Amino acid sequence: MKYWATKKWSLTVIIYSFFTIFPIYWLFVLGLQPNFLNSTGLSLWPSTVSFQNFSVSFLNDEWVQGYLNATAYVFLNVILTLVVAVPAAFAFSRYKFLGNRNLFFWLLVCRMIPPAVVMVPMVQIAAIFNLVDTYLAVAIAHCLFNVPIAIWILEGFISSIPKETDEMARVDGYSTFGFWRTILVPQILPGLGVTAFFCFMFSWVELTLANALTTVDAKPIGVILKMVASPLGGVHIGIAAATSILTLIPGIVVAWLARNHIARGFSMGQVK
Amino acid sequence: MTPAIIVMSLCALLPLIIIINYSVQDSFAGDHFYWVGLRWFEEISRSPEFWEAVLRTLIFSVIVIPLQFIIGVFVARKLFMKHQNPSFFIVLFSIPMLTPWLVVGFVWRLMMDPIYGPLSNAIQQAGITPDLNEVGWAWLTIIIMDIWHWTGLIIVLTFAGYLSISKSHFQAARIDGASPWSTFRYVEIPKLRKVLIIALLLRFMDCFMIYIEPFMITRGGPNVATSFLSLELIQTASIQFDLGKAGAISVFYLLVMITICWFLFRAMDLNSQPARSKT
Repeated sequence: MKYWATKKWSLTVIIYSFFTIFPIYWLFVLGLQPNFLNSTGLSLWPSTVSFQNFSVSFLNDEWVQGYLNATAYVFLNVILTLVVAVPAAFAFSRYKFLGNRNLFFWLLVCRMIPPAVVMVPMVQIAAIFNLVDTYLAVAIAHCLFNVPIAIWILEGFISSIPKETDEMARVDGYSTFGFWRTILVPQILPGLGVTAFFCFMFSWVELTLANALTTVDAKPIGVILKMVASPLGGVHIGIAAATSILTLIPGIVVAWLARNHIARGFSMGQVK
Repeated sequence: MTPAIIVMSLCALLPLIIIINYSVQDSFAGDHFYWVGLRWFEEISRSPEFWEAVLRTLIFSVIVIPLQFIIGVFVARKLFMKHQNPSFFIVLFSIPMLTPWLVVGFVWRLMMDPIYGPLSNAIQQAGITPDLNEVGWAWLTIIIMDIWHWTGLIIVLTFAGYLSISKSHFQAARIDGASPWSTFRYVEIPKLRKVLIIALLLRFMDCFMIYIEPFMITRGGPNVATSFLSLELIQTASIQFDLGKAGAISVFYLLVMITICWFLFRAMDLNSQPARSKT
């Protein structure tokens, strides 16, 4: 009647892992095979391996530019979100102001606004500020769902630092800026990492707004992929599959870097 | 605080005000607006297409969320009980969530391809030929796809919840001779309550927003069988360019979501408030 560590592996976990990885594996196989459309029937193993499809996606200027564009607005968004969210999270954690819990909820409301709802006004606002088709437009638009999440996660991290730390720093004569730089930020560094990971993730997978706000210069890779991979397109499945695999890589790398803190971040910092 | 307020009013409040503004006006030739009051709301309340889209979204959520919770909690429990070093699996289960949503739809449409799709081939072994042009198969594909896409979230969250339960609770349950089921029911579920509510909140929000994945599978078809509320909205706003009606749908959409999420948030907050004031 032992509760854990009776077996090294759990069958359930293995089966579910298989279910998770299989479509991605198969997509990879599709990407490895040239001229997939000509072959008939199911193949779970690449019959001829070539990196032709991957190189197509890498050698085409427009596609490479798509990657760079996506990376650019994602990073801009992460920086913008962190700068905005850290002070707000600190305020929510430390001060009791009128309606602070309600405001905390209304932040969550921003997270639940479907991109479809704000798509049209976003484009109009971007047009007013002359920002259509720039990285900044997409980066600001993605703040819609990233800033609330960031504030929630960071609030959890900041609240786990005892309030006495602030008071002691004040007694020791730290200025506000000095306190932030030497005491607060180093302590919530893992929290900043997790928050950056989540902003990266949500900004990377979102395409409705990114598609609406860009036309030529700032078009992300996903929008280009959509033209090839949409139900009416389907021009070349091999290339679309190869490109899809390439869009997965940044996410997996960042997830691996943040692996020990992901769980806490997903609970939006609410599980200590 | 101030920078957050500025950014949020630019990217959340301002668009919402614009939408509410649209929802009470009619546009003519794109730039002439005149006041119509609540006429758009009356029109959508009488439109069967709109209510069918609402109903489809609700049915979808009601089918998918419980399935994800059952699978997710079960896998997370096994992962917590049996595995010494779970961070590899945590990353693995996060991969579907890190996949651009468009790619998710693309993969699962190919999985059901009648000639070379593995899933479709597996079903054909049983003597049935799945066809995405039939309502049932299109729904089944979208449901399996959504389970693949989001169950990882519940696993990771529940796992985080498990980590926060102190081991002495399990030891106490064991000494008292509790069966695994009663340990689960009376020790784990109450401890996981908050995390499960967060998961429900997140899942519910995303279920209601689902757009690009079903669009990639069948473009909302066959006919309109899988066009959910978001798709209906985007079609009204950017293809028919009917801004007033789209605004009214948006306002309705938000009101429903805010109401349901508010109850979930209260449930979570009441649960955590005493603990908060203690620290």
